Amino acid sequence: MAKILSIDTSNTPLSISVVEDDFVMASETLTTHKKHAEYMLPIIEDLVKKSGLTPAGIDKIVVATGPGSYTGIRMATTVAKTLASTLEIPLITVSSLWSLALNRFDSDALINPIFDARNGNMFTGLYKRNGNKLESVVADQHTNIDNWIPVLKNYSDKIEVLGDIGELSAQLTAEVSTLTVLPRQFAVPNATLMAIHANDFKPVDNVDAVVPNYLRLTKAEADWQKAHPNEGNDNYVEKY
Amino acid sequence: MNRNLILAFETSCDETSVAVIENGDKILSNIVATQIKSHQRFGGVVPEVASRHHIEQITGCIDDALTKANVSYDDLTAVAVTYGPGLVGALLIGVTAAKAVAWAHNLPLIPVNHIAGHIYGARLVKPIEFPAMALVVSGGHTELVYMKEENSFEIIGETRDDAAGEAYDKVGRVLSINYPAGKEVDELAHKGNDTFNFPRAMDQDDNFDFSFSGLKSAFINTVHHADQIHESLSREDLAASFQQSVVDVLADKTVRALHEYPVKQLILAGGVAANRGIRERLTDELAKFSNTELVLVPLSLCGDNAAMIGAAGEMLYRHSISSDATLNADPSLDFDWIGEA
Repeated sequence: MAKILSIDTSNTPLSISVVEDDFVMASETLTTHKKHAEYMLPIIEDLVKKSGLTPAGIDKIVVATGPGSYTGIRMATTVAKTLASTLEIPLITVSSLWSLALNRFDSDALINPIFDARNGNMFTGLYKRNGNKLESVVADQHTNIDNWIPVLKNYSDKIEVLGDIGELSAQLTAEVSTLTVLPRQFAVPNATLMAIHANDFKPVDNVDAVVPNYLRLTKAEADWQKAHPNEGNDNYVEKY
Repeated sequence: MNRNLILAFETSCDETSVAVIENGDKILSNIVATQIKSHQRFGGVVPEVASRHHIEQITGCIDDALTKANVSYDDLTAVAVTYGPGLVGALLIGVTAAKAVAWAHNLPLIPVNHIAGHIYGARLVKPIEFPAMALVVSGGHTELVYMKEENSFEIIGETRDDAAGEAYDKVGRVLSINYPAGKEVDELAHKGNDTFNFPRAMDQDDNFDFSFSGLKSAFINTVHHADQIHESLSREDLAASFQQSVVDVLADKTVRALHEYPVKQLILAGGVAANRGIRERLTDELAKFSNTELVLVPLSLCGDNAAMIGAAGEMLYRHSISSDATLNADPSLDFDWIGEA
């Protein structure tokens, strides 16, 4: 019986659960604040305590490492990798888009989670259930709506869009006839579902090497790479 | 005697550092992962890039610090962490990791002001004697801090615009010296003479504040004007003139502050405290103060590091300062001005 601590703070919503295999012990979801730095650790403490556990009683950690808000995915990833490292327990990392898509795990449609990245830009991917797994059909990516719509038009299946996507919604529904944008209740990730569905995933081999899945270089790095096409992008940190 | 062992974290700018400090003044380990090479690509620290490097390094640094110190989590007394001032995204990595470790091992969490850390780095050399004063000079800070007793910090003067280290980096850029430019400008300065007589801003003002943006502008204008008339200036003399102006202002204000607030020790700390020109000048000036000892933080501890955070953290621990898990980063954390608190 594995006790799982599951964390998703990829965007404004925060969802944290303590799950025993396939059954939730304690869970909290917040959508009214984006104070993950302040709230995340106290909520973890509270939920673990209410589950009758101590930190040492946690058997593994599941975390959504992105894409999403850079600070949001860094908060969850930092807590998850530090706890996994210091408690010497397995760490499972999952896509934040996959995590949100689990809200429609029961659907036969193509599931299209979208994180609005402003000015028509988005983080998105396409998922579909295969047996008891929700599998990636089109890989998570940073794109914009004009490039994404033709991708969706390749499919004849029904498409369900999840996400707090504001103005993107109108253009998607107007241009893709097979598509439905689901109500906002489906735009909030559920750490309990995440833990249950990731329970049998393979843990990472090297906790120290875990980083958020930003899916996007910083502007400074992108500009630098453009100007220096032949230079690598590693070994920029020296430890002594 | 029981060992007090602090696991300390510092991630306020571009160094990820974790240290283990014994009894507040002995370094058992001080692991520093520096991002300088990365930010050199951009000519200065890019905050988002800094945050990304911190999260890559953080757990590896913790493991290395414990291994090198040959201690386990069970041996630790407390966890200390820099929570400000600094870059918010960078600070958050250290704060979050420190909170996680403190909770996981049921250890007290001690919030440390980064500037207090720079000052208490002096403890790693010799005990601090109060009242004391510190001149903290770095890429982000230039301030005079009065310490009437332990755990008391009052600002008596600070920069009104650029930090001294910032001015070094901007002047360095004009001289085609890559960030961080302090060391190379310092070396050039030692080969030249003060021929340009740049302004000594606020030197005669009746306060202990600093200003370096006028000096920076005067320097840039001088070089640009020479470029326009195709005149070439001596880089050595430019550097020497710039440095002399910085050193004069820092030293004059510090000396006047020492007359108004007599102290047992003057502590020179911060990244720019590694500057030879400043160390030499203050050494000369302090020779005239028979009751004030100059404490120079060693070059190896002038830059950002977690050892100094552990040294300050142990002091705060003795003063029963701790925080719960709501601790957040405070990018503009500051001491009170003298007389305010």
